[in-house]
Amino acid sequence: MPTDTITNTSRPRPVQPVLSHMACRAVQPLLSRVVKRIAKNHETMFNRLGAHQTTDFLIDPIEFPFALHLRPDPENLIFRAVPRDAAPVAGAVIRGRFKLLLELMDSEEDGDAAFFSRDLEITGDTEAVVRLRNALDDVDGSIAEEAADLFGAPGRAILRRLRLSYNATPKTGMQQ
Amino acid sequence: MSLAELICPAGTPAALRTAVDAGADAVYCGFQDATNARNFPGLNFTPEELEASVAYAHARGAKVLLALNTYPPAGKVDLWRQAADKGAQFGVDAFIVADMGVAEYIARTYPHIRLHLSVQAAASSPEAIRYYCENFGVKRVVLPRILTIPEIREIRKEIPCEIETFIFGNHGLMVEGRCSLTNYLTGQSTNLDGVCSPASDVEYIRHSDGSMSSKLGGFTIDSFGPEEKAGYPTICKGRYTVPHRTDGYYAFEEPISLNLARLLPDLIDAGVHAFKIEGRQRSKSYVRSVVSSFRNAVDDIRAGRTADIANLVALTEGQKQTQGAFATKKWR
Repeated sequence: MPTDTITNTSRPRPVQPVLSHMACRAVQPLLSRVVKRIAKNHETMFNRLGAHQTTDFLIDPIEFPFALHLRPDPENLIFRAVPRDAAPVAGAVIRGRFKLLLELMDSEEDGDAAFFSRDLEITGDTEAVVRLRNALDDVDGSIAEEAADLFGAPGRAILRRLRLSYNATPKTGMQQ
Repeated sequence: MSLAELICPAGTPAALRTAVDAGADAVYCGFQDATNARNFPGLNFTPEELEASVAYAHARGAKVLLALNTYPPAGKVDLWRQAADKGAQFGVDAFIVADMGVAEYIARTYPHIRLHLSVQAAASSPEAIRYYCENFGVKRVVLPRILTIPEIREIRKEIPCEIETFIFGNHGLMVEGRCSLTNYLTGQSTNLDGVCSPASDVEYIRHSDGSMSSKLGGFTIDSFGPEEKAGYPTICKGRYTVPHRTDGYYAFEEPISLNLARLLPDLIDAGVHAFKIEGRQRSKSYVRSVVSSFRNAVDDIRAGRTADIANLVALTEGQKQTQGAFATKKWR
């Protein structure tokens, strides 16, 4: 299975390894809770993944101090923050700014358009990425808001603030 | 004035609901198999999903058109017949077909359900279209994207059925209905297997200078500079080097999308009954944006107002758009 083997100017910003590991430990309990709830609420989503339920995806928000490892296997679901220097060998890598990745997850942005504009980078197994995209696209409503709701008013406030902060920031895309 | 129905794409039930809610008059979709020309991984409808989706659309006054627009290989025609049987059972409003055998089966078995002739059939002359109308009862032809508006107007005068034209989306012409370029590298067929450039054969590679190569079946078919907009990984839109063009050039077509927003009044005046938006493989976000934009535009035109057409270039391939052959026979 092909993997992302080449680095370039759009790589994630360098972060001190110790900070990355600390950030991963801080967010991990939240991620575990979120992914279990989303999986429970949208069981049929996994059907569209076919054999790629066991593919390892590396979702890489370039401005974050860590990446996210997703294995969408309903029998053994994995969604964890990983320091980039300790990321697993992934079947597919999806890379972009966090806001874009969030909007793609919620179908607020179009994946093909993000790919055409070069704001979204995918490498590795293209079929796996296409299946994941189609699975997420068949979900009604906002996964991000469902996740925020898990944490009540503070969760919703954080999501709102996150969106506002990105909206106030000029888009720089991948080529920075 | 023609009805100017808006025919919208849906690759998932959620996309179908999005299209209906955004103002589609009809939505076209397909099953999760080779019977339709967007047989992509993780896309399309199970029979149960189609049944529920037809009910959703009908409850809101929208139609559902089932795409059975590929060509059955010998010995496999039962898959297409069974798909037609399921579509009829669920109450679809029309079948979109390309193959005469499939058309004949539906015309004979379900004469009360409309037949639309797919663009895949490549029927572009009045004589060819009339043949389908007279022999299979075809009620609408989706014209290939190779005709100017004056030519469409002339065809309209000579055929007994409605005309549907594409107005937005992928602009991949070639010999429509018989493209075998993707077979050449992958063994999979656009017209027999329903998939062009299967995702399992596509690979993107980023290079250290920020450029990106797209490969199909192990062959590099394009390379984009760090700041360059990208397109789909199809052979017809690949960039190639030849002895007299060592910098690489688009030998067939460029990555570009069709956008006829500004030609809608002319198309209506020419007698086009329905406008088709391409993109069953695209997201709900695309469906929502494009359908609502064209819904507003068509409503404005029908009300005698100047259409307020949103800028959709961000959704186009390579972030470039063309009016293609509709405006001029030479559009490069």
